[in-house]
Amino acid sequence: MFNPETLIRKGLPKGHFKDVAVRSLLGGLTYLVVIIAALLFGKIIIDGAPVLFKAEAPFVDFNFLTAKNETLHVFDDATGKRHQLPASAYNDYLLKHEGATIYNEQTYSYSGGGILGPIVGTALLTIGSMVLALFFGISAAIYLSEYAKQSPFIHAVRLAILNLAGIPSIVFGLFGFSVFVLAVPIITVTPSDRSLLTIPIFIGNAVISFQGWNSSLMAGCATLACMILPVIITASEESLRAVPQGFRDASLAMGATRWQTIRKCVLPFSLPGILTSSLLAITRVAGETAPIMFTAAVAAKDDLPWQGLKNPFEILSSQVQALPYHIYTLAAKIPSSEYTQRAQYGSVFVFLVLVAMLSLGSMILRAKLRAKLKW
Amino acid sequence: MPETLNQSLTRQDEDTSVAVKNLDFSYGSSPALKDINLEIPANEVTAFIGPSGCGKSTLLRCINRMNDEIPVARITRGGIHIGGIDIYDSSVDVVKLRREVGMVFQKSNPFPRSIYENVAYGLRTQGQRNKAIIDQAVEESLRAAALWDEVKDRLQESALGLSGGQQQRLCIARTIAVKPRVVLMDEPCSALDPIATAKVEELIWDLKNDYTFVIVTHNMQQASRVSDKTAFFYMGELIEFSETSKMFTNPRLKRTEDYISGRFG
Repeated sequence: MFNPETLIRKGLPKGHFKDVAVRSLLGGLTYLVVIIAALLFGKIIIDGAPVLFKAEAPFVDFNFLTAKNETLHVFDDATGKRHQLPASAYNDYLLKHEGATIYNEQTYSYSGGGILGPIVGTALLTIGSMVLALFFGISAAIYLSEYAKQSPFIHAVRLAILNLAGIPSIVFGLFGFSVFVLAVPIITVTPSDRSLLTIPIFIGNAVISFQGWNSSLMAGCATLACMILPVIITASEESLRAVPQGFRDASLAMGATRWQTIRKCVLPFSLPGILTSSLLAITRVAGETAPIMFTAAVAAKDDLPWQGLKNPFEILSSQVQALPYHIYTLAAKIPSSEYTQRAQYGSVFVFLVLVAMLSLGSMILRAKLRAKLKW
Repeated sequence: MPETLNQSLTRQDEDTSVAVKNLDFSYGSSPALKDINLEIPANEVTAFIGPSGCGKSTLLRCINRMNDEIPVARITRGGIHIGGIDIYDSSVDVVKLRREVGMVFQKSNPFPRSIYENVAYGLRTQGQRNKAIIDQAVEESLRAAALWDEVKDRLQESALGLSGGQQQRLCIARTIAVKPRVVLMDEPCSALDPIATAKVEELIWDLKNDYTFVIVTHNMQQASRVSDKTAFFYMGELIEFSETSKMFTNPRLKRTEDYISGRFG
């Protein structure tokens, strides 16, 4: 017989303390992660924000974003006043005060001026590699999702693509160096001495020479594209599969060809998904150091990539500065002091803001497109 | 020797009957249809009935080769002839075949585009660029599907804003916009309420002079209302095929009678 009295609790239930302990432990670990993130962001924002922002209007120090990167000169003048000047301003100072003696001079490479070069280089690398990765990635995803029949071979291909995503980025860097920098074929009339193989093509003196693209923007873009390709393929394939089969069936049943079906009934509806996941891939491309350090990036460059070129295509074979590599150089190659902090924390802060903006953009875009595209 | 399927089928006087001959069909190693022989007459409505999994939808999808999309599915023996042409012959262009043999699916599947674009889709894929022709075809198809009066003021709005019944009629309009000879319908009313169902049935009745209809249905009343002929399938076999009036009043076999009267299935 049911006795309602048994439902009434007497004292603390069995296992109460265990329950509380487990809950506190799990909660504590979760908040620990939040604390770590807060400390990391807090440190960068506290030290980096003053570089970019200032108290008076227009509140943003555009000079740091728009000036070229230079060596920083620190010295005392005869009156004992301490100066911190980037190389160009330092030279002006010397010209203006000809014959003046300066004391305690120290120089810090890459720490003066702004970071326009690295920002521009990162933008070019990101755009170039995303264009390449999207073209190859979406093509491969369409093939895998729409054309390929399920077979052990296709299964193996998928597995290979997934494995590619797990390869450390430094390996991609070395791969890019040995393939894109040293080995890919180019058409030239003056093959390099280290060319692996030359094949005459009988148009003038031109030959196909397997000598690579040198360390250049295009070698860097190709390397970064290889690195991000598995992510793009996987994300694109998922977006393509998310399009209801009914659309394909309806289109085919109306006498559309397979390619028409893909172009009009599958791709348009999966493109928002592909693009939003690709925006997340952008943050990874923009942030990687290892793939570009042997293939595209230089620590110092006086000109912007498009300056001093004979034709616009030469930009592809020019080396660039890049934000992550710049940060690496500042952190690893320059002795840290009160004078280098501005460049170091400023660069990291700007980089963080850029990445945060991209992530935020992708989240907003995703929310908007999801609201618009429903079936 | 067939020239192209398109040429022979677009002739108005051409026989658009569908003949299924000794058809065996299997998914991988499991047979789905066994030795089906069936003559579907032109410009009539033929209903396929039978319990779930009896192969009626499979046979329907064989008629416009939609089963080609399923990797393991294949015909193991026999074939299907439309207007005397073997549609599984290697010389048949499956794209052209599907323009002549349209299909309406169980789940209404309008594209998330405007009503107008949904109906214009088939014509556009065939390369029709002339806006006047497309406009006219859209209106005619929507009228034929008894949808024109309900949507004529909002052709540019999303098709997803329509009710379930309207969406299914839009799918029918979209299918007949490319002027097929044969229209296959796979349980077109299974998700519709009785009023929307009545509208779809009425439209099948109105259109049957111009099209050969094959309709798969689980609804016995529907089969008896709309069809001229009925085929009863069970376990991948064609059990009985005759005039609908005859089958529903005086079925030849006990099993057919049991199914129709709801005693099993």
